[in-house]
Amino acid sequence: MSDSTVFGSGSESSIALNDTALVQLRGVRKRFGTLEVLKGIDMDVHAGEVTCLLGPSGSGKSTLLRCINHLESINGGRITVDGELVGYRERRGELHELHPREVAKQRRKIGMVFQRFNLFPHMTALENIMEAPIGVARRPKARVRADAMELLAHVGLEDWAGHYPAQLSGGQQQRIAIARALAMKPKIMLFDEPTSALDPELVGDVLEVMRDLARAGTTMVVVTHEIGFARSAADTVVFMDDGVVVESGTPEQVFDSPQNLRTQGFLENVL
Amino acid sequence: MASTAPSREFDNAVRPLRRPGRWVGAAVIIVLLAAFAQAIATNENIDFATIGEYLLNPRILSGVQLTLLITVIAMTCAAILAVIIAAMRMSGNPVMVAVAAVYVWAFRGTPLLVQIVIWGYFGLIFDKITLGIPFTDIVFVQADTNTLITALVAGIIALTLNEAAYSSEIVRSGMLSVDEGQREAAASLGMSPAYCFMRVLLPQAMRVIIPPMGNQLISMIKNTSLLSLIAVLELYTQATQISAQNLRQVELLIVVSIWYLAIVSVLSIPQHYLERYFGRGSTKNQPQTLAQKAREYTGSIQVQREHKRKRKAQNHV
Repeated sequence: MSDSTVFGSGSESSIALNDTALVQLRGVRKRFGTLEVLKGIDMDVHAGEVTCLLGPSGSGKSTLLRCINHLESINGGRITVDGELVGYRERRGELHELHPREVAKQRRKIGMVFQRFNLFPHMTALENIMEAPIGVARRPKARVRADAMELLAHVGLEDWAGHYPAQLSGGQQQRIAIARALAMKPKIMLFDEPTSALDPELVGDVLEVMRDLARAGTTMVVVTHEIGFARSAADTVVFMDDGVVVESGTPEQVFDSPQNLRTQGFLENVL
Repeated sequence: MASTAPSREFDNAVRPLRRPGRWVGAAVIIVLLAAFAQAIATNENIDFATIGEYLLNPRILSGVQLTLLITVIAMTCAAILAVIIAAMRMSGNPVMVAVAAVYVWAFRGTPLLVQIVIWGYFGLIFDKITLGIPFTDIVFVQADTNTLITALVAGIIALTLNEAAYSSEIVRSGMLSVDEGQREAAASLGMSPAYCFMRVLLPQAMRVIIPPMGNQLISMIKNTSLLSLIAVLELYTQATQISAQNLRQVELLIVVSIWYLAIVSVLSIPQHYLERYFGRGSTKNQPQTLAQKAREYTGSIQVQREHKRKRKAQNHV
């Protein structure tokens, strides 16, 4: 695909050549009060791969995603993105909290798309996309604008650049949100149930944009209930339940011959 | 004719409900108001010529000028201080939170009048003001309080500190009104907390902050009159000094009221445009400016007239 410089992870994807994963989770634990929502998660995401996280609600998949860019701090284990420990610095076997500015810097490599879009309502679609590349990454404005217009064209919304989020449908807002995250040229994209808040007829457009991204070689971790999308776009499907990874493998393995009873039960309910 | 107003064919001929109560109520109010107006207009104790004479009196005008100056300086400083206090109140630092809370408690809990007089007497409490390092003998600058804090400065300080206490709560409520998802989205894009505050949270909070701040501004304008207690030569002080000489108290109070009303009315225009600016994106359609509203209103009157004219023409046919 010729547009992979904008749409995919582009030149940065050469890192994939060594066999350490882009994202590594080792024994990740997370507690909310006394409730343990992640009970020791191990997971690898390789550059250029699409990983779909599936599971019943409350299984911890959204929390896991939010731990990857440190929106949630973790209580145990390690998460590295691009070889760098997320949210902490390790010195003589001890973890030290990072300053919010340093965490912010790490997050520039990690794009995120939210269930409720979370576009900035006081900015137009174009301004939403341009804000972080100009103000955070300090790229030249003319370049950012050109890139942003290209991204808008990719998500099929070039005619909506001057509209405010309140003037857009949910599906349009979510596509703008995807473009906004991509504008920072992240190495990995996290999607937190990106279609769950949409009317059924608007889901297709958003999934189409995500399929394009997958084809262009973007590294993606997607929490979703869209089995069809997971089956067609995912390289790896991870099934979670009650804070643990129950089963993972290719879509064929997990969907067609699930080994675990809980996976089987879940799939019977949703298919 | 039918092609220009096709909907009329479907209009039912409905007789509007008669509301005699409304007519009676309106008539009573109008009679009372007329009686009051007559009582004022024919009152020999009010000299209207004097009002006209003093409305543009140089001393009154200089009072207006000073009132505006005090209001602008105090309100600007108060707004900045309010953001700082609100940020302290919402910070994770328990000392900051406690200091901000006590500040708001103290300055909201005592009368503004008392605060103004205390600042006026500041020289009696501290006769010298020193800039240096606390608990050491190192002094950078030292000045006599009475030369540094004149009545005007004392008045501005008093109004600023009092206003900041109220405004900080308005700012805080504005910040709390912004959805948590906005902070997360900003964070996920790599924005630092400070950047997120300035570019994402504050502009959205402004939409909620501006209307009550407009109220505060109006209070502030009127509260400047309290500075007459420490002999700041603002509008009300000037008026009372004039009336002390010519004994036209009521006339000069009316002059003062006219000026306060005028200032408040004029200031409501920029507020409207500020609200419009910070409300951008919050509704599907951008709210109209005052000018647009006026144009539409006169436009609709014309449409109504046109409609009436056509209807008459139709009835004649």
